[in-house]
Amino acid sequence: MTESPTTERDDQGPTATAPMVTAEGVHKFYGDHHVLKGVDLEVERQEVMCIIGPSGSGKSTFLRCVNRLETITAGRIRVGGELIGYREKNGRLHDMRAKEIARQRRRMGMVFQSFNLFPNMTALGNVMEAPVRVKKMARARAEEIARSSLAQVGLADKAGAYPSQLSGGQQQRVAIARALTMNPEVMLFDEPTSALDPELVGEVLDVIRSLASSGMTMIVVTHEISFARDVADQLVFMDAGLVVERGDPRELLSNPRHERTRQFLAAAGTP
Amino acid sequence: MTSPTTATQTETGSPSGAFEPIKAVPVRKYGQWAIAAIVALYAAQLIVSVARNETLEYGVVWRYLFHEQVLKGILVTFELTFAAGILGTLIGTLVAVAKLSGNPILRAVSGFYTWFFRGVPLLSLVLIMGNFAILFSHLSISLPFTDVDFLRVETNSVLTIFVAAWIALSLHEGAYMGEVIRGGLVGVPQGQREAAQSLGMSDGLVMRRVILPQSLRTVVPPMSNRFIILLKESSLVSVIAGGELMNAVTDLSTSNYRVIEMLMVATLWYLFFVSLLTFGQRVLERRLSRGYSR
Repeated sequence: MTESPTTERDDQGPTATAPMVTAEGVHKFYGDHHVLKGVDLEVERQEVMCIIGPSGSGKSTFLRCVNRLETITAGRIRVGGELIGYREKNGRLHDMRAKEIARQRRRMGMVFQSFNLFPNMTALGNVMEAPVRVKKMARARAEEIARSSLAQVGLADKAGAYPSQLSGGQQQRVAIARALTMNPEVMLFDEPTSALDPELVGEVLDVIRSLASSGMTMIVVTHEISFARDVADQLVFMDAGLVVERGDPRELLSNPRHERTRQFLAAAGTP
Repeated sequence: MTSPTTATQTETGSPSGAFEPIKAVPVRKYGQWAIAAIVALYAAQLIVSVARNETLEYGVVWRYLFHEQVLKGILVTFELTFAAGILGTLIGTLVAVAKLSGNPILRAVSGFYTWFFRGVPLLSLVLIMGNFAILFSHLSISLPFTDVDFLRVETNSVLTIFVAAWIALSLHEGAYMGEVIRGGLVGVPQGQREAAQSLGMSDGLVMRRVILPQSLRTVVPPMSNRFIILLKESSLVSVIAGGELMNAVTDLSTSNYRVIEMLMVATLWYLFFVSLLTFGQRVLERRLSRGYSR
């Protein structure tokens, strides 16, 4: 089903610790529709994984399963070694309480295709909300962190602006800052530039790129193939709910082993 | 392309250069004027016939407008509308949240509540609450189906006419308000909930901080509608001698026989307060539209 990753994984990372994210045999049904058909993936700490594939291939669904915006029908997803969504007791799985799921989600930051900023709050308000309400941080301290997050995405001067006053690219950068303020161990990007005008894509990709080079563990679902080649440590091609192949991005893009991958890359017009 | 004016092409997009603003003759809307004239004529006739009516004495209306009993009635109307508006909104919020919750018991109970209190005419509800003591002489909180009472009081000592009216109006209001608020909650895009959840917010926080505040904006117009209806519906309390505005004017008319004049007194006051509420709605809408326009 999956190609065994032949990429050398000899980064000097802490080999004793578990991978940041693992998925084993993940299946997902929407009613009768079989969206994920046994996905096995692994993301090491500080690794950047990009997932490409045609729409409907299940890549976004997989990402949403990782932080349990969707439940899975079969398989296991672990983040930092911790089983997502269930507790395992005496060989049986128990549904987690909403509170525990919320706690698990705090380990991950998520950035959506449609930004999903809170329209009734300013950029600063959006970024401060979770530290203040979820982490119960003092307002002054939260504001300090929020402002430095906004500065990190180059929007220090837009703290007081409402989302409707910002361009799409700026909104998405605020959304990234909002996720970063919670200090996540892994960032999940769900087609972060797909809703943007072409001339605004670059500024968002730059932010993600600098985040990658700072050592953040990331899973990026994207259509930007040249970006994926530059940034990814591991590139995954998904189609029809399956991982068709994965490995070193340059290797995969220049030398796809599967016919399906070749078709997709040809249609996508990869340079 | 081959035109000789190549020099001017470089100016494309520049704001300078002479131009002549369009001075167009507007379309003449003769039909509109004709209809306006007819409407104005009939309106004038109506006003004149009411103003010249010989059985109507405007002096009486004016004299009773600030009559002590009327002012007292206004106070009660005000208190009832305010108290039932708040309790009704509270009930409505709980009903709406319960209806959208994952808990089947809450969904069933809230569904039953809406069905029942939207179905019972407010007039019946007011009469039943006003005569509750006939049904139950004492009110108590006890272990179900036993004589072990935790709390026991005489009905009439707690359920005064005002309290009975307040409860009746609130129960009724809550049923409608529940649907109004549910409409607002459902209207908040799903992505907002997901963004909040992905930040690790609990369900309660998501509702309080993200969904409810955003639903407010769309809920204000129908909610204002409900408040205005409630203000006028409080007049039904006159059937249990609630002492509010409508009760006051009907009381007065039984002694002075000026039925229409007294109703006009009430009408003028209701119109005045509805105008205030409408103004309040506009202020609230402006405040809540923060962040929604460029």
